[in-house]
Amino acid sequence: MVDAPYILEMRGITKRFPGVIALDDVTLRVREGEIHSICGENGAGKSTLMKVLSGVYGFGTYEGDIVWQGEVARFRDIRQSEAAGIVIIHQELALIPELSIAENIFLGNEPRTPFGSIDWSAVRLRARDLLSRVGLRDDPDTQIKNIGVGKQQLVEIAKALNKNVKLLILDEPTAALNENDSQHLLGLIRDLRDKGVTSIMISHKLNEIEAISNSITIIRDGHTVESLDVKADGVDEDRIIRGMVGRTLENRFPEHDGSGIGEVFFEVRDWTVQHPLTAERLVAKHSNFTVRRGEVVGFAGLMGAGRTELAMSIFGQSYGTVLSGQVFKDGQEIKLPNVSAAIKNGLAYVSEDRKALGLNLLDDIKTSVVSAKLSKIAPGGVVDELREHSIADDYRKELRIKTPTVDEGVGKLSGGNQQKVVLAKWMFTDPDLLILDEPTRGIDVGAKTEIYGIIRKLAESGAGVILISSELPELLGVADRIYTIFEGTITSEILAKDANPETLMKSMTSDKNKKDAA
Amino acid sequence: MTDTAAAPKKSGGIRDLGKMFGGGQSSLRQFGILGALIVIIVFFQIATGGQTLQPGNVINIVNQNAYVLILAIGMVMVIIAGHIDLSVGSVAAFTGIVVAIAMNRGGVPWWAGVLIGLGIGALVGAWQGLWVAYVGVPAFIVTLAGMLVFRGLNQFIGNATTEPVKDETFLEIGGGYLPDPNLGIDYNVPTLVLGFIAAILVVVLEFRTRARQRKVGAESAPLWVSLVKVVLLAAVLIVAAFLFAGGRVGTSFPIPGIILVVLVIIYAFVTNNTVTGRHIYSVGGNWHAAELSGVKIKRINFFVMMNMSVLAAVAGMVFISRSVSSGPGDGTGWELDAIAAVFIGGAAVSGGIGTVIGSIVGGLVIAVLNNGLQLLGVSSDRVQIIKGLVLLLAVGIDVLSKRSGGRSIMSRFSRPKKVSAADENMTYPLNRPLVEPDGTSAEQSSRPSSTTPNA
Repeated sequence: MVDAPYILEMRGITKRFPGVIALDDVTLRVREGEIHSICGENGAGKSTLMKVLSGVYGFGTYEGDIVWQGEVARFRDIRQSEAAGIVIIHQELALIPELSIAENIFLGNEPRTPFGSIDWSAVRLRARDLLSRVGLRDDPDTQIKNIGVGKQQLVEIAKALNKNVKLLILDEPTAALNENDSQHLLGLIRDLRDKGVTSIMISHKLNEIEAISNSITIIRDGHTVESLDVKADGVDEDRIIRGMVGRTLENRFPEHDGSGIGEVFFEVRDWTVQHPLTAERLVAKHSNFTVRRGEVVGFAGLMGAGRTELAMSIFGQSYGTVLSGQVFKDGQEIKLPNVSAAIKNGLAYVSEDRKALGLNLLDDIKTSVVSAKLSKIAPGGVVDELREHSIADDYRKELRIKTPTVDEGVGKLSGGNQQKVVLAKWMFTDPDLLILDEPTRGIDVGAKTEIYGIIRKLAESGAGVILISSELPELLGVADRIYTIFEGTITSEILAKDANPETLMKSMTSDKNKKDAA
Repeated sequence: MTDTAAAPKKSGGIRDLGKMFGGGQSSLRQFGILGALIVIIVFFQIATGGQTLQPGNVINIVNQNAYVLILAIGMVMVIIAGHIDLSVGSVAAFTGIVVAIAMNRGGVPWWAGVLIGLGIGALVGAWQGLWVAYVGVPAFIVTLAGMLVFRGLNQFIGNATTEPVKDETFLEIGGGYLPDPNLGIDYNVPTLVLGFIAAILVVVLEFRTRARQRKVGAESAPLWVSLVKVVLLAAVLIVAAFLFAGGRVGTSFPIPGIILVVLVIIYAFVTNNTVTGRHIYSVGGNWHAAELSGVKIKRINFFVMMNMSVLAAVAGMVFISRSVSSGPGDGTGWELDAIAAVFIGGAAVSGGIGTVIGSIVGGLVIAVLNNGLQLLGVSSDRVQIIKGLVLLLAVGIDVLSKRSGGRSIMSRFSRPKKVSAADENMTYPLNRPLVEPDGTSAEQSSRPSSTTPNA
């Protein structure tokens, strides 16, 4: 195996977006017939690298060479990479729920009769054959919406096999699967390897990576950190974690010594939330946590761990169905059936997706700033536009939003400035508890530092802050106390000053208690 | 990047002109459509040899189009919120027949007839709003059903025949004019007085706003813009007043026009200055964000649908009053005229953008076009073709102008509820994006893009 030739070499790949270098001289070598895992924190550049490989970012938009089966490949779009045998299966499946399994497998690639119509008997026959290869015994006429996520994943692979796949790229294939389905899927990937299909797997579940991979490439901040041979280098989870998080911490976080922290004023007990679509999936399981006045509480967890879902379900049940749980504020139980009740009770939620959930991009800055508590400047339901303007202008100065006037559209601002507008919008509601969901995602380092400063200032003014972040250095640098969340369960609670990236990552990737029990 | 500071200045003049319509991102578009209206008026004025701006013709245009313009007011709010209402013509007809029968056979006085009409509008609106807002059936379907149901109800109740309207006072609603005190002048004095009061109000309001803006240090348009604006507006108002006052004896500014102007003022205020208005825009612009900002989306959707039907009832009553009867075919095709007016007036198909004033201007474009072509003796088949092409052209220009460096309406329409990747580098033709000094305005996300082509 070690001597197998490289089927794929990505050499010196650099991918720039305006103002940001997403990938910087990344190298990836994959041997024929191996399972190669790519590890890295959220935002490290894994998905971007796979988009370059599969032609989503076509030839000419990146620097460096992709050498595919010994020749330099120039994929301009995803069709060309698929024709060459590279198939990517995204985390969010690309199946059409209303169509049958067979129809999905052959979508865009339908067998034809001599008259040009679809040859349905051939579709079914070949679908049955492909399904048996992935170990799926369902009728090919079953609609996709009637089979579970695990089986849908298998249909995706069957679809890839139909395209004569040589290199299968799986992006977080088991993120949405339960234990059984995950095991079955991993077994299938192994089977395919034995039949000569090379796989690249992106996963946050390090135990799976350790169990299945032949080699691992670790990416951090757009750079290749190292490539490991699992057997030869004796790789285990700790080794991978060290590679993923082992960067030096710059001094870009505001000083804080925990002196201003007061009493517990906000408490959530036994909070359990059901996924809005899949009733059997619980996105939060009997979660308990507390927030003190003046405290920044960090929520650490990997993508899909349920941090956002937990936060949004508390913020006026804006996500899923709450099955159990109570919220206490200042010792009193409060009911938060909708968002306006949550705002009235002093909660604020800054969404991780500011463009889709945080802002109306058609609005101008001043309108956005006052939008979450218009009643404050609208006596009798009529908006006082001059107060609106002056309030927005005050926030512009305080948060240093870079814009000539607050009459500009928020759509025209850069990401960092948009985020400041969202922060201003929620600061305007005078929150007691401010929930920040990935507040620095996709914004540059300078603006990040400013936002950290704003967060600390809010805490010092006596508010409680929940900081949800995928960036461990950020959590360690800004938060006072950190909860780790894994698959909907709060797995540990630790003071930031006692925590380090390795211990956090461990609790973020496994449930210690569950393991002990099992 | 050295020219970023200079760029906004260069476009300042045009942008300031845009502020005449209250600023905002759709104001330039409205400015364009107002320009188009003026061009069309001038064209027909010349082509018809001066007939277009004859007092009698101007009064006629108002009388013939007031009900569609009233519908456009409600329709723009529905469209801003991201819905559509196809039932307005049928609702107007249904209201009309009930009111006509109530007065004619039931013997109810005119004011009770009006109240019954408004009540029917409210009930119908509540019915449709319930389905749209609380059950979640798309407004297109609900109001398509309503279009059939209320048309059918009109013909069921009225036995598919015409019911006359006889109450003298009620007939004033659609056919009346401002009173003529007969002071021996050739002009109708109340109309002139109203015109001058309006002109003075425009001036006073503009300078009061400027004073208040100065007080709080808010940005206001340059003085010359304000001056040009008030002088133009006041001049138009006074000229219009003389036009309406100078018609044949017994005519002056029509009552339907008064109703329309009052409604425009009320609804322009509601949409621009009230919490409810803000919420309508936010629901249409990004309902996810609105919901997470505490906006009660269902309530807003219910309100816009209900409000639309009430205005449809008003339009229906104005119409039966003007035509002195209510018939089975009343209101046919009105929904399309109202929708066309709203889109010509700059509203976005995907919601979130549009103004009451813009829609009125859009409606006037259609009205003047209709009228002018009729004066020129163009047959109705060709009038329809021309109207259709004008609608397509107006929105087409909008889409094309946004494609060159901006966000197109259609791209948003084809991917509703999700911000497309194209928006990442969103720019506007006249205003350059703000770039941070270090040049990092763009961003990347670790999530798979929603626009990733899938196999």
